[in-house]
Amino acid sequence: MAALSVMTGGGSWFLALALGVTLLKCLLIPTYHSTDFEVHRNWLAITHSLPISQWYYEATSEWTLDYPPFFAWFEYALSHVAKYFDQEMLNVHNLNYSSSRTLLFQRFSVIFTDALFVYAVHECCKCVDGKKACKELTEKPKFILSVLLLWNFGLLIVDHIHFQYNGFLFGLMLLSIARLFQKRHMEGAFLFAVLLHFKHIYLYVAPAYGIYLLRSYCFTANKPDGSIRWNSFSFVRLISLGLTVFLVSALSLGPFLALNQLPQVFSRLFPFKRGLCHAYWAPNFWAVYNALDKVLSVIGLQLKLLDPKKIPKASMTSGLVQQFQHTVLPSVTPLVTLICTLIAILPSIFCLWFKPQGPRGFLRCLILCALSSFMFGWHVHEKAILLAILPMSLLSVGKAGDASIFLILSTTGHYSLFPLLFTAPGKKNLFLIGWKLSTSLAWALWKSSVNLYSLSPPGS
Amino acid sequence: MEKWYLMTAVVLLGLTVRWTVSLNSYSGAGKPPMFGDYEAQRHWQEITFNLPIKQWYFNSSDNNLQYWGLDYPPLTAYHSLLCAYVAQFINPDWIALHSSRGYESQAHKLFMRATVLIADLLIYIPAVVLHCCCLKEISTKKKIANALCILLYPGLILIDYGHFHLGLALWGVLGVSCDWDLLGSLAFCLAVNYKQMELYHSLPFFCFLLGKCFKKGLKGKGFVLFVKLAGTVVASFTLCWLPFFTERAQALQVLRRLFPVDRGLFEDKVANIWCSVSVFLKIKDILPHHVQIIVSFCLTLLSLLPACVKLTLQPSPKGFRFTLVSCALSFFLFSFQVHEKSILLVSLPVCLVLSEIPFMSTWFLLVSTFSMLPLLLKDDLLMPSVVTTMAFFIACATSFSIFEKTSEEELRLKSFSVSVRKHLPRFTFLPRIIQHLFIISVITMVLLTLMTVTLDPPQKLPDLFSVLDSWLINSVTSLRKSGRGDPRQREEAPFTR
Repeated sequence: MAALSVMTGGGSWFLALALGVTLLKCLLIPTYHSTDFEVHRNWLAITHSLPISQWYYEATSEWTLDYPPFFAWFEYALSHVAKYFDQEMLNVHNLNYSSSRTLLFQRFSVIFTDALFVYAVHECCKCVDGKKACKELTEKPKFILSVLLLWNFGLLIVDHIHFQYNGFLFGLMLLSIARLFQKRHMEGAFLFAVLLHFKHIYLYVAPAYGIYLLRSYCFTANKPDGSIRWNSFSFVRLISLGLTVFLVSALSLGPFLALNQLPQVFSRLFPFKRGLCHAYWAPNFWAVYNALDKVLSVIGLQLKLLDPKKIPKASMTSGLVQQFQHTVLPSVTPLVTLICTLIAILPSIFCLWFKPQGPRGFLRCLILCALSSFMFGWHVHEKAILLAILPMSLLSVGKAGDASIFLILSTTGHYSLFPLLFTAPGKKNLFLIGWKLSTSLAWALWKSSVNLYSLSPPGS
Repeated sequence: MEKWYLMTAVVLLGLTVRWTVSLNSYSGAGKPPMFGDYEAQRHWQEITFNLPIKQWYFNSSDNNLQYWGLDYPPLTAYHSLLCAYVAQFINPDWIALHSSRGYESQAHKLFMRATVLIADLLIYIPAVVLHCCCLKEISTKKKIANALCILLYPGLILIDYGHFHLGLALWGVLGVSCDWDLLGSLAFCLAVNYKQMELYHSLPFFCFLLGKCFKKGLKGKGFVLFVKLAGTVVASFTLCWLPFFTERAQALQVLRRLFPVDRGLFEDKVANIWCSVSVFLKIKDILPHHVQIIVSFCLTLLSLLPACVKLTLQPSPKGFRFTLVSCALSFFLFSFQVHEKSILLVSLPVCLVLSEIPFMSTWFLLVSTFSMLPLLLKDDLLMPSVVTTMAFFIACATSFSIFEKTSEEELRLKSFSVSVRKHLPRFTFLPRIIQHLFIISVITMVLLTLMTVTLDPPQKLPDLFSVLDSWLINSVTSLRKSGRGDPRQREEAPFTR
């Protein structure tokens, strides 16, 4: 009885929050799921039934394996549990197989792997401390951060309705950030390297990691005015970082190097033939660019400035995934997007190098890298906005100014995720849920930012 | 109130949980020929829209009373009519006479769920929020936690159809507690006219209001109040029953549909005294029908008399809430033809006293949800019921720290244990007994749930599990009653935090 009272007593709000959101995730099991469900079922089948040499060549289903090898190993591990639920889902030829047991297994696997995310949030809370002692639970930064991260509705929509495994991946990222805050740089680097080999979308934020570790870890001391002290460079640290990354990459890509399959793997990982925009446009710069191109071409046709015969048939608005040319504005190649992204992240990288502000500066740079890549990247998914929103939660509980930016970012970011729910026949159901969830979030955020304004003076 | 944003978040969370649970199957889905309660609701929309009022409660070629005939008072019928007008606007096929029987589609499910959610949103949820805001002597944080727990109560989320009558009854309780007597009694009359089971709550209302009249003095203001209240009640009943007063046969037929005394002491397996006793003593076979009615009536009356008398002599909002619990429980345990879902009529008043005796209330509410398990399993609602029960338990445990507050005084069993200690001086461990009983009951509930889901019962005792369930529930509810029904309890000073 005493144990129960301790468990349910004062300091257990974190456990209550984690359990509460897990129960909500269980309630979301019968909701709509997208084709990503079939994607992961297919990958379970591929990794379970076929030898490694076939993994990146298998193309029975249109949803081929396009994540790095660690994720393939992860699916392989899951498949060994899956066979106790329903053996049939592991058959590569059972396309679109979704029995109730398959659904249950897949949903539960997402919920279960979110445990890593919960642990990472717990570690992040340790890095956040309130400046003033707050008696009120709902005003403690730790509590606000836990709510913002654990109950992040974007993650709920993407992972538990649309169906993906972002929970534990973001857990890895948040854990590596937390380790960097705790000055455990090697662990942070190691975790990030592992993360890259789970899902290569995190390359978006790799520059921030690279520059920060180089500047603040390899150079062990600064001059009094904060600028670089060249003679404090530590080769040992550099070597150890390099070795860590190399070993992780070797573990991941080694087998495929041995099989001479690296080009095939890379072509699967970086499918540049997919086109500038995803089928559902991520709200980034190129979406505006495309829209402008379309408007100009319509105007041009009306004013008879353009020849109708010269306009290509495939249009960007058809919702298809393919490459095509712009009609009025110059066409955009992957190289152009890369250059634009690099130009966009250059200011923040410069600041990180010349004026390091410790882990907080690193976090700011990370968020800016994520946002820049979202804005200018090639074939960006709208889910990528979560890459900016989740780390931003960490910043938002520190300063009032960051909180207001976060409010705007998360409201618009989560709103932009709604198209993910719109393809279902029961779309109205889900729209209502999604609307309610995001409204709840908006209120929670508003509340948190109000609290933060009362915590720290404005303009600090 | 301050921290209104937290209350908003709590309400939105309640709505989200309700909506996600409603994504599951509904009662009677895909089960011809009778389907379930969902089909009953749709059928009532069909009947009220297509037939004239005079035929609603009568058996005819168009209206087969055996197929989900109307057996609730007129306000339910009017509500169904209103929904039918909306349905007609969206898709007339849903309520076409005869041809829409057993109509099932995604769009129709969405429509039915939406009507339930809107009713909840407009009537029930504001009442809960207002109730929590009006609670005295507790902090804002506790008020919000209280609202969260009430909104997360699984029973009201899992049972299909809207709880219009419970919302109206709650408005009635609020009105009467805050001295808006006329509005409160109007709301309660409407509730009774919506579902006749609200009569379970009628005696406390009557005694409380009568007590208020006595307090104000029978010769002056009290008499005026009494007349006004009587007028309100008569007017509301007349308004609702107006179309049925034209002929005597109409009114009688409606009453016959509402109170089917031909049916018997109990049906199915329900967690009340009659069902539990009948395992050993087949009352249905021993006693003739009219004697059963009389016995049930007398026992019900005897069990609720002390509380009601006390309330009339000393009316207070707190006493009123406790009397509601007591009377509803008496009716549930001893009354005639009680349905499993009637436990909700007891749960609602228990939710209202959640802030005052958190431990016992939580225990009761958990057991009441469990008592509906056979019904929920029939509707394929195992996962939502397990999840919402766990969520409710966690919410209550963290909000009220129930395991820390189990002293004798907090459990309101002080006078009971004092009187026992006169004979057994060493009887100081009542709280520990209660705590152990709680743990045992929770473990038993979990085990019974697991067994019901995984095993098949032995051939000779096909209803073994349901009967075991009802025994467990009976023991807990009777324990609760002993704590509640004792009139001396209310003499204690209000518990301060």
